[in-house]
This record gives sequence, structure tokens and C-alpha cells, in this order.
Amino acid sequence: MIQLSINGQSHNLDVPPEMPLLWAIRDVVGLTGTKFGCGQALCGACTVHLDGEPTRSCQTQVGDAAGKKITTIEGVSGEVAKAVQTAWQKLDVVQCGYCQSGQIMSAIGLLSSNKAPTDADIEGAMDGNVCRCATYMRIRAAIHEAAKSLA
Amino acid sequence: MYSTLQLKTAAKPELPAPLIAGSRRAFLKASGAIAGTLVIGLYLPAFRGADAADLKDPPAPNAFVKIAPDSTVTVIIKHLDKGQGVTTGLTTIVAEELDADWSQMRSEFAPADAKLYNNLFFGPVQATGGSTSVANSWMQLRQAGAAAREMLVGAAAADWNVPAGEITVRKGVISHASGKTGSFGDFAAKAATLPVPQQVTLKDPKNFTLIGQPHLPRIDSVDKTTGKAIYALDVRRPNMKTAVLLHPPRFGGLPGKVDDTAARKVPGVVDVVTTPQGVAVIAENTWAAMQGREALKVTWDDSKAEMRSTAEMVEAYKAMAAKPGAVAVKKGDIEQALSGAAKTVEADFVFPYLAHAPMEPLNCIIEKKADGSVECWAGSQFQTVEQMTVAQVFGIKPEQVKINTVWAGGSFGRRATPNADYFGEAAAIVKATDGKYPVHLVYSREDDIRGGRYRPMFYHKLRGGLDKDGNLVAWEQRLVGQSFMIGSPFEKMMVKDGVDATAVEGAADMPYAVPAIQVDWHHATSPITTLWWRSVGHTHTAQAVEVMMDELAHEAGKDPVEFRLALLKDHPRHVGVLKLAAEKAGWSKGKLPAGRGRGVAVHESFNSYVAMVAEVTAKDGTVKVDRVVAAVDCGIAVNPDVIKAQVEGGIGYALGAALRNQITMTKGVVDQANFDTYEPLRLSDMPAVEVHIVDSSEAPTGIGEPGVPPLAPAVSNAIFNATGKRLRSLPFDLQSLQGA
Repeated sequence: MIQLSINGQSHNLDVPPEMPLLWAIRDVVGLTGTKFGCGQALCGACTVHLDGEPTRSCQTQVGDAAGKKITTIEGVSGEVAKAVQTAWQKLDVVQCGYCQSGQIMSAIGLLSSNKAPTDADIEGAMDGNVCRCATYMRIRAAIHEAAKSLA
Repeated sequence: MYSTLQLKTAAKPELPAPLIAGSRRAFLKASGAIAGTLVIGLYLPAFRGADAADLKDPPAPNAFVKIAPDSTVTVIIKHLDKGQGVTTGLTTIVAEELDADWSQMRSEFAPADAKLYNNLFFGPVQATGGSTSVANSWMQLRQAGAAAREMLVGAAAADWNVPAGEITVRKGVISHASGKTGSFGDFAAKAATLPVPQQVTLKDPKNFTLIGQPHLPRIDSVDKTTGKAIYALDVRRPNMKTAVLLHPPRFGGLPGKVDDTAARKVPGVVDVVTTPQGVAVIAENTWAAMQGREALKVTWDDSKAEMRSTAEMVEAYKAMAAKPGAVAVKKGDIEQALSGAAKTVEADFVFPYLAHAPMEPLNCIIEKKADGSVECWAGSQFQTVEQMTVAQVFGIKPEQVKINTVWAGGSFGRRATPNADYFGEAAAIVKATDGKYPVHLVYSREDDIRGGRYRPMFYHKLRGGLDKDGNLVAWEQRLVGQSFMIGSPFEKMMVKDGVDATAVEGAADMPYAVPAIQVDWHHATSPITTLWWRSVGHTHTAQAVEVMMDELAHEAGKDPVEFRLALLKDHPRHVGVLKLAAEKAGWSKGKLPAGRGRGVAVHESFNSYVAMVAEVTAKDGTVKVDRVVAAVDCGIAVNPDVIKAQVEGGIGYALGAALRNQITMTKGVVDQANFDTYEPLRLSDMPAVEVHIVDSSEAPTGIGEPGVPPLAPAVSNAIFNATGKRLRSLPFDLQSLQGA
């Protein structure tokens, strides 16, 4: 049994410790907001927070996540998360929306450590998150918008 | 997809005949079948052109609009929303005629039923594609909304004992000068008992309040920013197992000897079955299934497989292009015109296979019921074809296949396959396991990138001629590429005189005035599977035509915008967008500083017109696209912000492909596998995009695809402007810019 703390709740999972956290969250715990895009940490769709740090869950083993505070899109809270989601909605960033959980988790991570990111900061934090609908212009604008609302 | 289901080369596709209520073509119908709810539907002949009077057994109402006692208005969406925003668009159309408040609007995906929800452009087929959704539903939904409004007003008039003409409706509130007011919910039940108006008056477009509003909030934004939106990958069924399928490594290959001993030992693996498409590992969860697949040992029968490498195929295409192909268009004597020209320009272009790579890998769930029927969940784009495919596997009737359509994580054409490929694969697995449990077939990214259904590889060979004054006098364009229509159910509709309309669209109907033109096409064949990819034939024809136009303008010593305008006298909408883009981009302001360049392109696709001016910085073998100014004419702009988003997205999608995407093969095996070898556009690559929409009173046309075609040629022409080097083929050979 592996004990995981996800969104403040404790879950006991009977899975091999090398199972990627992504599949434990989606298939075993049943939280589907975190998405599968590539399985190799190349697209960021599976981004969750481990102790507040944006992390690719597809390349994180369940065994390594035990004992850490795991947050998924379903469990984000606080003023940064609210500012990011509100900005995303205000600018209608989404198209197909499939990558946006991961985009938002990365953006919350960025704004939690950097209250006024420059364009270069945004590129550094967000270039690992692929959006095939190419909503990138609005993602950049929404992060600036969220930063403004937090200032 | 998929212009192309519209017989473009033969004639411009017709817009739907206005579906006048009370006419013999269609009639509105209401029902109060759900307690207290007004349901407005439309009886339609299943196939446009048939006659409603011939319908002996009218189908159940084609429900489009439901108004509930709580005043929520639900629009039934018969098209798939894969990000293009059609749920917002169609809901806006109903809300407008209904004079509803935007906050009371909801949407719901329609069930699969071609009799009720067919795409009017595609005949008796429920399908999304060809950038047709808004154009197709425009009149249908305006009528449904207007009829519902009239019935609500009628119910209020009766209740209040006042003339209906004195009642007004504004933002979801029904009111009368006497001070009486009510909500839609107050009168929905009574409205459902009234006769349906057989003549409805639609709003004059100048009175629209929601349609054309610069930014009406998307209907899906909240669910898609909170992790609540459900895609097929998120659907869970009781006792469901996950399957992954090992496909043959080469196209046309077949499973030979299968050793599944090690795979079956992987914890969580439930079964391994061989199907016509490959070897499926079925497990309790996705990871176990993937681990099981890793452990399979399979030998493949490649006797009918594609064994060539990409370079060999390109050489074969070039050899075919030495002779004329099947003629798509011919006017004047092309040989004479070319030999009489003062100057000739020759150019050839190679376009690679391209994967669509939507963010959500393909997947669907199929569940067999005790009564023999089957239920599916998917981001379903070709419902009618999918029903037929699944029915065939199980030997049941298509109407016994229920499809639940859910949000789709992108498509770009991939989910609409003429043989419903992944549905067929999932159905075969369910059949092979006797329907013991629902099966969720899940593709990995590698399955997606290596799985075929590519934009076909194409080779173009062009010759253009100018007279001594720099006027265009000859245009010859020869194309070589595979057809995904030949051999499909759409062949009869799409292939005329040996020419596949989807292969030559954008070339055969290129708009520039020229006295002698010939466009022909060679059908290349291969077991490699191909498909429409966001804007279909236009993905390559726009690049060839618009780069060639730039080369001819340069040879003629003319400004690229002026050169085009002079040849577009009969094409006012091309002229409109070209002038607007040039003006907004500051085209006339002259050359940019050294190392930077500006390029232009204009292209019509799916009855929408788009011009772009790109600005690039090119140095030492790198290209950064700094800015793209786009001008769009897609008729009445229902949701301007969604249109802008689609053009921004189209630019990004096209740019990623133009900069670095290609699928290549070594001895028939695909070289790319995931996003490291098939690298998508990233945020830092995205140019600043400005989208300007032409004011129009024409009926709305498509916007999902038309933003793609002009991007690559505008960038290509900008690179030439910056460096003097022509990059014709895609993806751009940036190496060749070293030192330029």
C-alpha cells in the first residue's frame, strides 16, 4: 500500500511504486482533470503540484510522491489560483481545453514564486506546456492579467 | 476537413436553402414531452433535396432548443466541439432570435442520429467538418429560436389577455407596457401547447445584439479551466478495462506470430487478443496495459507493407511529375503560352506527411449491452460513419449503436476518418473479448504520431510565364500525391474525371486572372494511410500558389500586393482582405531593417477569405516570426472573439508545421515518435497576431480551417524579403539560411 495525499485527502493505493503518478491519479484515484498528453514529460498536460512545485506527473513515480502534498487542478485554491482561473476565463484562453489544466498548474506555479513575471519569465515557465490549438498569445496575456490583479 | 465534401472544383458549394417554416422542405414542430419544458425541433427530410411531402413517417422532432421551467435554454449541438467554439457559436444564434440573456444559455451534444442531425452539406450523414458548422446551422437555429420566441410571447399574451404585438422580449424577460413581466420558464409549459408558427420573422441583422458582440464569453471556459470538462479519456464505466493496441510497425503490415507469455504476466493485464488491426493488451489500468504491450513479442508479415524510405518516395513523385497527370483545369494553350512568354519562372515544392497530433490522444469506449446493442463514448466527429463501422463489426444495425459525444481534445481532421478507424479497432477488441467488459481503447502519443492518417506527402511542379510588361500569361501546376477519397465512401462525390477535388483545391480554382492555365494531378499510391489535415488540400496548394505569385511579382519587378490586386479584379472579397491586411500591417511603409522581412499571402478556403502579412527576423539559420497581421472575411461574424481565436490558433498550428514538422520513413518505419521528434510550436515561438474582421452581411462561412493556408507562404515570402533566399518546401530548410 502506498499512501498519497491528494488535494488534502489521504488515499491508500495498492499499486506498484514505479507506476507513474499520472495513472495513479487518473485510473486509480479517479481524478480526471489531470491529462495524459505524451507520457514523457514533453508536453506538460499532466502537470500537478508536488509540495507546491509544478511537476510532470507522467514522469513521477508514485513511490516518489508518497509523503508529499499533491495538488491537482481539482484541488487548487488560494488567491493565485483564483487570479489565474479568472484571467483564463476573462480572456477566453481555452479552445479544446485539454492542455489547460496543465497550463494553469504551471501558471499558478510561476505566479506563486514570481509576482510580476516578464515575457522571458513566462516563456521560461510555460515553454514546456504544449497547446496544439496554439492559445499561446492568450496564455501569455492571461498570466500578465493575473499578475496585474494580484499586484 | 474537408471542403471537399462539397465538390469544390465543380462549383462553389451551395449554402443551405433557407429552411422556411411551412415550406415543403422543412417544418417546425414543438412538443411538451418533458414536463413543463418547451422543445422546439425541426422536421427535416433526411437528405436536402428530398421532399418533406414524401416522408410517410415523419421522424421524431429534431430537437434543437429546450426551454426548461427554470428558464434555462439548452441548445442541442449536432456538431463536435473540438475547440473551434461551435457550442458557443450555435448557442449564440438561438439566443439572438430568442432575445435570451446570455447567462441562461446552455448547450448539450446531440445523440447520433443522421435522420435528425445530419449535416446539411453532407447529405444523410451526421458529421462535423469542412468548417461548415455555423454555415449549416445558421438558418435552422435562427428559425428554431424565432419560433420559440413567438410561442413564448403567444403564451404570455393569452395569460395576460393582451395582444401579442404589444409584448416585448429583452434579455430573457417577457414584458408588457401594463407592467406585467415574466421569465421564459413561466411560459414554457403553456407555449408547448400552442401551435407552432409556420411563418416566422427573423431579425434584421442590423438589430442583432448578441451576434457580432466583440466578446461574448465562451460557454465552455469555466469547465475547461477547472478540470471539470469531460473528454472521452475521462469517461469511466463500471468494470471498464483499458486496452492499448500494438499496430504493425509498417503500413500495410499484418500481425504474424504473437508471443504474449511475458505480457500476460504483467500485473493488471487481463487479456491479450489479436484483431485485424494488431495485438491488443487489455488491463485494469492504462499503465498496466502499456507495460503489457512493451512485453509483447510479435513478428509481422510485411509482404504487403510499404518498405520504401521517404527519399525514394520523393524521387518517385518527381519522376511522375515529368509527364502530365489527370487534368483538373485547362484553359488556353499552356505550352504555347509558356514558350511565348518573355520570362518564365519554375519552382518545385515538396510537402511532407504530417500527423495531426491533437492534445488528447485518440480513444473511445465501447460497451456491449445484454440486448446486443452497443454504446460508445467518444469525441465523435463522424457519428454516422462510426455507427456503420461498429454495427458491421457486431453484425447489428447502425441504429443499435448509441454514441455519446463528449468534448474532444482537438482533432484538426484526425477524428473524422472515412472508415472510423479507432472505433473499428475498439469494436474489434470488444468482439474478441465477447463483450465481457466495456473496453476503453487508448492511444499513446507514439501511436498517434506513428499511426498514419497523415496529411499526404505532395510534390508540386510549377511553371509561370510573364510577358514583356510583367503581366501573368501562363500558369502550369502539376501535383503528385495520394488520395484519401479514392476507395472511401466519398469517392463518387469527390472524384471527378480521375481528379480528387481534395488534392487540387486551392490550385485548380486559384483566383488570379491568367489567359493560359493547366493544373493536373498524379495519383500516387502507398499503403501509408492519409487524411484531411486542418484545411486539407489548401495546406499545400496555398504555399505553392502564393510563393509562386511572390516569385512572379519579383521577376516582374512589381510590388507583391499590387501584382496580386491587378489579377484579382473579379474577386472582390480577396481584394477586400488583401487590402485590409496590407493597410493594417503598414505594408506601404517600405522595407524593414536588415535581417528583417515582410511577406504577404491571400487565400480562400471553405468560402472564407484570409490575407496575412508576416514579419520575420532571420539570422544565422534561425527564423523568428515576430508578427502576423491577418484580415478575415467569413461573412457575418457570429462570435468575433471566437473567430479571432480560430485565426490565432490556425496561425500557430500552421507555423509549427512550417517550421519543423514532418513525418518521414526509413524502410517504411516512421522515424518520429513523440513531441521530441515531432516538435510542436511552443509559447516562445508564437508571434504577435492581430486579426481584423471584414464587416459583412453575407451568410456566415467557416473559420476553423481558413486561418491555416496563408500562414506558410506569408512567412516564406517574408524570409525571402529578409534574406533573398526562397524557401519553398515545407518544413522550411532553415539550414540553407546559414550565412544568408
